Amino acid sequence: MTSRRLSRVLTAAAAATAGLLVLAGCAAANPGSGTSQTADPAAEIVVGSQNEPTNLDQIFGGSSGVTEVFTGNVYEGLFKITDDAQVEPLLAAETEVSDDGLVYTFTLQDATFHSGKALTADDVKYSLERFIGEDSIAARKRQLSVIDHVDVVDEKTVEVTLLQPSISFTYNLGYVWIVNSEAGDLTTTADGTGPYALADYRKGDSITLDVNEDYWGEAPANGGVVYQYYADPTALNNALLTNAVDLVTSQSNPDSLAEFEAAGFQIIEGTSTTKELLAFNDRVAPFDSVEVRKAVYSAIDRQKLLDAIWDGRGELIGSMVPPSEPWYLDLADNNPYDPALSEDLLAQAGYGDGFTFTLDTPDSGVHSTVAEFVKSELAKVGITVEINIITDDEWYQKVYTDTDFQATLQGHVNDRDINFYGNPDFYWGYDNADVQTWLTESEAATTVEEQTELIKKANQQISDDAASVWLYLNPQLRIAAEGVSGVPQNGLNSLFYVYDITMA
Amino acid sequence: MLLLAFALAVTILFVVLRVLGNPVFALISVGATDAEIAAAAARLGVDRPIYVQFAEYLGQLFTFDLGQSFTNRLSVGDEIVRRLNITLPLTLLSFALSVLIAVPVGFFAAWKSRTWYGTAFSALTQLGGAIPVFWVGILLVSVLSLGWRLFPAGGFPRTDWEDPGAALYALALPVVTIAIVAGSDLARYVRSATLDVLGQQYLRAARATGQSFGTAMRRHGIRNGVVPLISILAIQLSTTFVGAVIIERVFALPGLGDMLLVGIKEQDFPSVQGVLLFSTALVLLLGFAADIAQRIIDPRLRDTLSGNRRARAVA
Repeated sequence: MTSRRLSRVLTAAAAATAGLLVLAGCAAANPGSGTSQTADPAAEIVVGSQNEPTNLDQIFGGSSGVTEVFTGNVYEGLFKITDDAQVEPLLAAETEVSDDGLVYTFTLQDATFHSGKALTADDVKYSLERFIGEDSIAARKRQLSVIDHVDVVDEKTVEVTLLQPSISFTYNLGYVWIVNSEAGDLTTTADGTGPYALADYRKGDSITLDVNEDYWGEAPANGGVVYQYYADPTALNNALLTNAVDLVTSQSNPDSLAEFEAAGFQIIEGTSTTKELLAFNDRVAPFDSVEVRKAVYSAIDRQKLLDAIWDGRGELIGSMVPPSEPWYLDLADNNPYDPALSEDLLAQAGYGDGFTFTLDTPDSGVHSTVAEFVKSELAKVGITVEINIITDDEWYQKVYTDTDFQATLQGHVNDRDINFYGNPDFYWGYDNADVQTWLTESEAATTVEEQTELIKKANQQISDDAASVWLYLNPQLRIAAEGVSGVPQNGLNSLFYVYDITMA
Repeated sequence: MLLLAFALAVTILFVVLRVLGNPVFALISVGATDAEIAAAAARLGVDRPIYVQFAEYLGQLFTFDLGQSFTNRLSVGDEIVRRLNITLPLTLLSFALSVLIAVPVGFFAAWKSRTWYGTAFSALTQLGGAIPVFWVGILLVSVLSLGWRLFPAGGFPRTDWEDPGAALYALALPVVTIAIVAGSDLARYVRSATLDVLGQQYLRAARATGQSFGTAMRRHGIRNGVVPLISILAIQLSTTFVGAVIIERVFALPGLGDMLLVGIKEQDFPSVQGVLLFSTALVLLLGFAADIAQRIIDPRLRDTLSGNRRARAVA
């Protein structure tokens, strides 16, 4: 009697399990997509990313995640930065610059916001003032603070007056969203002029973009895009392997590349603007000495480090400028790997017996691995490194704000950030009057050639001074399923235009 | 007691979070000036003295307002409700499945405790309870998702529960994962509770009066065995909830666990406080409910409420 009842329970359990498996089987049998080879213009592209925006507004610290999903897709600027770092007009149909380079007159495209309102000069004025306003903590606020005032000439014409000439002005405008001046809080909603409109925002999960049927420009090649966010890199990789996402915007773990290659995925490698830096506090001994900085530089086998971290992908750089910028110089060997040279330099600087310093290392990303490598390399020339692992928060407080450190590791992600070396108050305290003059003059240059020449000089100088150790430039790795094409390759500064992506 | 514990949790959480970090740093990027950092702090209100912030927070709590996220400005209360769409079903289904596993397994292991397979069952539950839940999750994903492609490796339908089948399908693997670990744990309690009952005089006495084993168990055994199990079940339900919060990470489920972890990463105090206070309240209430349930089932426990009076009477 009892055992029969028990067996009934077990049978029921078995039936339930079987039912679940059948359910699973049905779902698994459901084909994911069509098999035709031509691109399907109605296909919805699912983009997997680890870079979830903190919020949806670029001026309230939305982080690089919001650039990745919104810039160029939902919001447009007066200009656009192409994937190969060129500046093209976007919402500015025509641009006139006064002879002194101070007054820019923009004539606007006939565009409409997703809410249906036509784009006017008022919106441009509002957006620019908002970007440099008191509340804004936008990444490029400082560069755009060169704006003195913005005047509305007529409905479609806006005039921007600068405090001083700024040759990068249109480039920097490429990152500024033109938002609807009548929209309310943009941290959870969006109203732009781009080819996609925000359809759904599920914090912690996804952002869905629908095609904007009334887009003023060329219609997107796909039927909409979903950004699916993963906090865990393994979960993101699993999603790609099980076709839950069609591509990932950035792959940070080179170990899994072989698996994807073997499974028929496309590995798309482009150049990034993310530089891994060993930054000295140039204000304090012993790093106030150029010889010591150069000695540290030459003691580190960076190729070996790059191979270890990125499996040979990415590249060595010898300065803050990546190859994608106009003022790039091949300086990778300017401070060569040469332990003997390193020892000579140390002796010259009066540190023949070496010295000890503390390396403040953020606990995020690859920094602690890099720190261990640097420690073992420097030990070979008699320098003792004491690694001090700190949180990102502590880094901002101790290193960035209080400049209370000797050396630190940090990944600098932005393009054109050589300008930080022109600011003696920046956390690393590099102070060279020539560099400051060149960088200031370069911004006031009247031609791109002039600008390029001046920044090249600064570029050479910071490298000669070993202002920091530029360990390597990260590769930009994306992985896409078979049949996906039109994926932007480089993604400067997290830009990621999705409108050309198609799926067969 | 309940309220005191809750008030303590509110205070400790509030202070600890503020000692540990500065939410402004999650928002700014390299290149921000001191003035910008100060403006951001002012916008969030974290530049004010901590007691002012605490007073304001308490005021909010009394109106059942958990505040607004620092980072994305969404209402914390609404977010918690949205996330419960995933975490609550995940917890309840896992718990139900773990009970379904634990009761027969535990009972069988006790009933057949003197046989080799009874011992084997018992050993299995030891093993199942000892494995970390995320490890079971990773194992199941690599076999059932990446290997056999039977289940999704993670994620939840963007349409939530509009299509219940799809939602359940997405939850199947996480539910099984938690249930394996929680069920093993629970089975050990069921086994010892059953062994306890089996060895009791009243059961033997009942059998001696001619009742079958099943009848004796039903009339006397279950009622006695269930009482200690109820508090275990309450604790287990809380543990399952915590397990769900962990496993959400492995399966990329945007539930409360995700909200908590991202909140900690972004130093989003209101979100972290909201999730932890909700969880604390839930655990406290479960314990309270278990207490009541036990007293309803077992009249002897009711007396302990007035224990002092009785003791005096006896003396």
